[in-house]
Amino acid sequence: MASNAKEMKKALFGPIIDSNPIALHVLGICSALAITTKLETALVMSLALTSVLAFSNLFISIIRNHIPSSVRIIIQMTIIASLVIVVDQILKAYSYEISKQLSVFVGLIITNCIVMGRAEAYAMKSPPMMSLLDGIGNGLGYSFILIVIGTIKELFGFGTILGFEILPLVTNGGWYQANGLLILPFSSFFLIGGMIWFIRTIRPEQVEPKD
Amino acid sequence: MEHYVGLLVRSIFVENMALSLFLGMCTFLAVSKKVATSMGLGIAVIVVLGISVPVNQVIYTNILAPGALAWAGFPDADLSFLSFLTFIGVIAALVQILEMSLDKFFPALYNALGIFLPLITVNCAIFGGVAFAVQREYNVTESFVYGIGSGIGWALAIVLLAAVREKLKYADMPDGIRGLGSVFMIAGLMALGFQSFTGIAI
Repeated sequence: MASNAKEMKKALFGPIIDSNPIALHVLGICSALAITTKLETALVMSLALTSVLAFSNLFISIIRNHIPSSVRIIIQMTIIASLVIVVDQILKAYSYEISKQLSVFVGLIITNCIVMGRAEAYAMKSPPMMSLLDGIGNGLGYSFILIVIGTIKELFGFGTILGFEILPLVTNGGWYQANGLLILPFSSFFLIGGMIWFIRTIRPEQVEPKD
Repeated sequence: MEHYVGLLVRSIFVENMALSLFLGMCTFLAVSKKVATSMGLGIAVIVVLGISVPVNQVIYTNILAPGALAWAGFPDADLSFLSFLTFIGVIAALVQILEMSLDKFFPALYNALGIFLPLITVNCAIFGGVAFAVQREYNVTESFVYGIGSGIGWALAIVLLAAVREKLKYADMPDGIRGLGSVFMIAGLMALGFQSFTGIAI
């Protein structure tokens, strides 16, 4: 039982730093880059992706022994797409403003490679409970990167966090000159690149071999 | 005619799929090690986008949009909530058909592009292109032009990135940033360059 608990912990917390889906496996980058300008959208996106990932892993794992391997991609797609429709409808019903800001990116969760990648690599081979934990864990790893980047960009680009003023801007009579570069979407490239560098410095085993 | 040329130029440069909208990033960063492979993948993306955007647009306006089923006697039906499921299904089916027909009729082309086709189903550039075309209510010709244009834009970006990466093999970088980290930095700089196209009125 002890080893079982340990394994569960590994499935849940491993993906945050040790095998982060974005920083190590290059999965799910599109949405990480495009919607992190404000922390609020980053939080909503993380929540949406984590729930889709957890449930898609769970459902695919439950029916994994009944899926013929030749049509498995289509079946996984159908399950994922149905879950994304549910999330999209909930967002439209309860936070319409944010769902407008996210626009097509909610739909793009379907083609987010983290969801497909984990379904294919983990849920097809593992029991439901472990798959659920793996889904939540990978969702947390994704959320970790999104939240860090969203915080940096909002704090230094707008001087606020979740809309509250932290660094008073010069334009409002304060002292902080906002960094215009961080407001532009492509600055996430530099931030994610920097985070990868940081993670690989503290975890040298992730460094890529020279070719 | 001018309208379509404008749309084409805008979708290639101003709204570049990879570098302005950040779609198709996973493949963009992972499969850009060699110029030759990137070229093959780029062409495959152009073909699939050029077909799937207009097809999905036709399906949406005639079946899924609110009130679109009036011709079948259901003027109140609103199936737009099914659009995600339909789009991805149509894309997957189209890619499969394309793969089989290439295999049957153009074996040489199949050998060059075949391995990339399954990858394209889950490429968010395709799904993004479809979703944008529907959201902006393009008509059939517009969505065809938009699909081809955004495909060319994506192909251009991945070939450029691969060319930079091939040169960069000889650079001596710190351990932590070699590989993925440096690719992010290059892509960021390229996006900065493409940023200069924004605001061009066509």
